[in-house]
Amino acid sequence: MSSVPKISQRYVVGWLLLMPAAVLLAMFTHYPAVATLAESFFSSGSAIRPSEFVGLDNYRLMLDDEVFWKVLRNNAWFAVGTIPVSIGLAILMAVWVNSRMPLQGFVRMCYFTPTVLPMIAVANIWLFFYTPEIGLIDQISGALGFGSHNWLGDPDTVLGCIIVLAIWKEAGFFMIFYLAALQAMSPELEEAAQLEGASRWYFFRRVTFPLLMPTTLFVLINAVINSFKLVDQLFILTKGGPDNASSLLLYYIYEVAFSFLDQSYASTLTVVLLAILAVIAICQFVFLDKRIHYQ
Amino acid sequence: MNGITGHSLFRRLEHAAALLLALLWMAPLLYAVWAAIHPPEYAIHFDLLAPISLENFQVAWSRAPFARYFLNTFILVTTILAAQFVLCTLAAYAFARFEFPGSGIAFALVLLQLMIMPEVLIVENYKTMSQLGLVDTISGIGLPYMASAFGIFLLRQTFKTVPKDLEDAARLEGCGPLQVLWKVYVPLARPTYVAYGLVSISYHWNNFLWPLVITNSVTTRPLTVGLAIFGAPESGVDWSIISAATLLAVAPLLVAFLLFQRQFVQSFMRAGIK
Repeated sequence: MSSVPKISQRYVVGWLLLMPAAVLLAMFTHYPAVATLAESFFSSGSAIRPSEFVGLDNYRLMLDDEVFWKVLRNNAWFAVGTIPVSIGLAILMAVWVNSRMPLQGFVRMCYFTPTVLPMIAVANIWLFFYTPEIGLIDQISGALGFGSHNWLGDPDTVLGCIIVLAIWKEAGFFMIFYLAALQAMSPELEEAAQLEGASRWYFFRRVTFPLLMPTTLFVLINAVINSFKLVDQLFILTKGGPDNASSLLLYYIYEVAFSFLDQSYASTLTVVLLAILAVIAICQFVFLDKRIHYQ
Repeated sequence: MNGITGHSLFRRLEHAAALLLALLWMAPLLYAVWAAIHPPEYAIHFDLLAPISLENFQVAWSRAPFARYFLNTFILVTTILAAQFVLCTLAAYAFARFEFPGSGIAFALVLLQLMIMPEVLIVENYKTMSQLGLVDTISGIGLPYMASAFGIFLLRQTFKTVPKDLEDAARLEGCGPLQVLWKVYVPLARPTYVAYGLVSISYHWNNFLWPLVITNSVTTRPLTVGLAIFGAPESGVDWSIISAATLLAVAPLLVAFLLFQRQFVQSFMRAGIK
């Protein structure tokens, strides 16, 4: 038996093994991504008017669409408001849970619980917190002598409310990655630092934090992706309102496609979202150690 | 000595802060439990002597077809998980042990799904599903998730750590590629399957946007979508009952999490560091 047919046989087996997954991925990831781009150059068809090629008309429409710019701005603020705080809290939680302390298991469980709960379910609970007058936040602020406030009805505070919920939901999830990194760290480092008389804060700043950098980059990428993906809470809390003050890009895409039934414009907006994700992917490729993916 | 007492005082403050944050993090869930087990008039004021009743759960259960939603979610989650295990195992094996031409590009194309998740492509995927006649079916909800880049990646990493000698030994005994996979690789990757399984189950139990788009009847809707309809302000249901319904919807996953907390946390960790 020569080795040549054996090698080509392995080629065939390799492709056959991959085939089922490849077909589904092509159908529901690659084809729709390309089709979205193509669709964005056509008008929405209807029963009387078939869709036709309109070139960049949808994009011109988009640049003139104030709501588009608003949701993009909201999304940027949502990311800026959510990511640093949730990452900071995640590091704090991980350092705490990783050190010897009473009720360690209980504390870890509390931090992690929001991660396993559906966003839809927790949004129901938070909706009650934010309700004016009878809601928990207004009751507390009332008891302290402050007036009541329509947190979700005020364009100035609604995005903040969404951000607080997202931080609560995500910090415990990010904590897990830091916890894994901290546990992989050599305990000798800390012992050596203690012998040298270094304070814990100094040790954290000069040793722990730099060593956590790869984890931080990884978490950062995930956090940015999540800030464009996480819109479930809007369905319960605000429906994007008031006056789109809390709407995010993916939620707007959903509205345009399935409430206003404008598929072409929804595709055009999706192209923007895909472009943003592509930029994130490139950043990941450039900044993150390639090892993580290609080893 | 002074330094040590100051040090331990600081430590204690830190522990107190950690505990306070933990309670704050649990507060929403604790509040939901409070509202759900007390009569509606106690939902907005707290009284330790308030009578405890399970009536809210009965009312919630009778006002919406939650039993059916549970069944739908259960079918959805198990179908997706079974399909993911099969498809990802085969593909991961191909990437780990068969260096076929184009495997590098194919792998990069697979990883693309880590960035472009099915949630982002709801518009086109809805069209595809209507062409396939799968709108408002449980397979329609599950199909875009079955070939999971995350699963393929995770299993490939695990398979690569399996010593080649084991495979060679199995081959000498006359095992074909699939037998080798089944007898050598799959048993050794068990921890990865558990980790990936837990992550997948919690993801799909909680998933909302795509199921909302693709379903429109009681017989297909998963719990999350059913709960969103039930809790909509227009439905005029009060807090206590919404809290009870919310707890019902999260109960199976939450109970599993509380029982197997260590495994859950370790699974998410294992899935995260690969």
